[in-house]
Amino acid sequence: MTEAFDIAVIGAGPAGLAAATAAAGAGRRVVLIDSQPTAGGQVWRHDVAHGYPAPARRSIQGAMSGHGVTWLPETQVVAAESGHLLVQDPRRGYRLPYRSLVIASGARELLLPFPGWTLPGVVGAGGLQALAKQGWALRGRRVLIAGSGPLLLAAAHTARRHGAIVLGVHEQASAATIHHFARGLWRWPGKLAQAASLRLSLAGIGYYPGSVVTAALGDDALSAVEIEGPRGHERLDCDVLAVGFGLVPDLTLARHLGCATRTDHVHAQVDVNAQQRTSRDDTFAAGESCGIGGRDCARLEGTIAGLAAAGVPIPAALLHRRDHARAFTRHLDRHFILSPRVHDLARDDTVVCRCEDVPLGAIRPHANGRSAKLATRCGMGACQGRICGAALTELGHGPSTDARPPVFPTRLSTLGEPDRLPSLPVSRGIST
Amino acid sequence: MSGDRVRLTVNGVPVDVPGRISVAAALLGLERPFRRSLSGQRRAPLCGMGVCFECRVRIDGRAQQRACQVTVRDAMRVDTDD
Repeated sequence: MTEAFDIAVIGAGPAGLAAATAAAGAGRRVVLIDSQPTAGGQVWRHDVAHGYPAPARRSIQGAMSGHGVTWLPETQVVAAESGHLLVQDPRRGYRLPYRSLVIASGARELLLPFPGWTLPGVVGAGGLQALAKQGWALRGRRVLIAGSGPLLLAAAHTARRHGAIVLGVHEQASAATIHHFARGLWRWPGKLAQAASLRLSLAGIGYYPGSVVTAALGDDALSAVEIEGPRGHERLDCDVLAVGFGLVPDLTLARHLGCATRTDHVHAQVDVNAQQRTSRDDTFAAGESCGIGGRDCARLEGTIAGLAAAGVPIPAALLHRRDHARAFTRHLDRHFILSPRVHDLARDDTVVCRCEDVPLGAIRPHANGRSAKLATRCGMGACQGRICGAALTELGHGPSTDARPPVFPTRLSTLGEPDRLPSLPVSRGIST
Repeated sequence: MSGDRVRLTVNGVPVDVPGRISVAAALLGLERPFRRSLSGQRRAPLCGMGVCFECRVRIDGRAQQRACQVTVRDAMRVDTDD
């Protein structure tokens, strides 16, 4: 039986797992919440064919090995107020009281509009990974990977591991930029090792810098793509196009709580101090929601946030390691800036808001996101602007408007008469 | 792994799929459609992580369920737009 929790951690990826472990280790009663059925977040998503990678398994077991972490899978936070969250799982909706909150909501993929991007068969690069790990049978399918950033290599690795024929990886950044990025990796040995092992596993797959997919072609589903690169214009037949332009912090919950954000980057990040505390006294944030820095940075920030939320002093060495890991964010940002070529892919008749089928031409005349929303319903569909909001921000069409509570489509019963706090299971471990 | 399979009914037709996979993965593997957009375009999963809502289908009579967020279960009924 659990009456209340000292610390609620939202998101069970590397940052959330580290935060829960640290806070529970300090003797606090912790509840760890995630909308997915398994822990790990996106980067450590459970793979139905291959299980968890070893560091993920260790981290998950560390968090759930019975010292006071209550694990709530398939649980979505639909609203948050000071002192309690309104959450919903497949069975019920209820209020969950907390004293301190750690936001470890991670990142979403930046998906940008281009002609044909709504065709079935076009998925995100991270989307391909997620779906493959959920059991999408890719064996024998011709997969082309495109967009920008290190995630493309990880997607190629996952696709090949699941039996796909990977036709190539098309990176929009130039060859010179990619070389410069790789040369700077020595400062982060973990990243260097990751890059080296990916390179090994991708032997035989072409990597094409300076190359952009300009259109996806097909009638009811994808059948080919058009590519523009150093070798000129070409057309390639394929079954799946996995295309992503990097990651953006998921700020839904942080903004809903009124946490201040930083906008020194095109896509805003939660503003935190050295102890990962947000502008709200009782709320901490860690990992990708504070800027895209990767899993090593997320784990360190998670530990710091968990300790800080528990009121435990933070060792200076830990803060120092976090600062170094966080510097990788700037290294990434500097090198994977999107070229104007990418920004100019969508035409006036290209759908930007996929929920409401609003084309770019209808949005262009509006001075800002809010005006476009009122006039065209852009961003008012089921995803509440999660896809088109980040896209329009990237394309320079004004700041995205935020989702209002409930931040996810919610059952009326959850909003009307939330159940009393049910008796929640204490950590029962996980099967890996 | 034959004991590891579950039987779904997709648009009224019984199909066997591996257990533990998501409804989205099952429909993709079967090459079944997901939904039609407001203007009638065919759509299928994009993000795979519950954000884009492109994979919405009806599951056991409940509409607007994100197929990527739900694991298949024996006797599950899945209905798509066409």
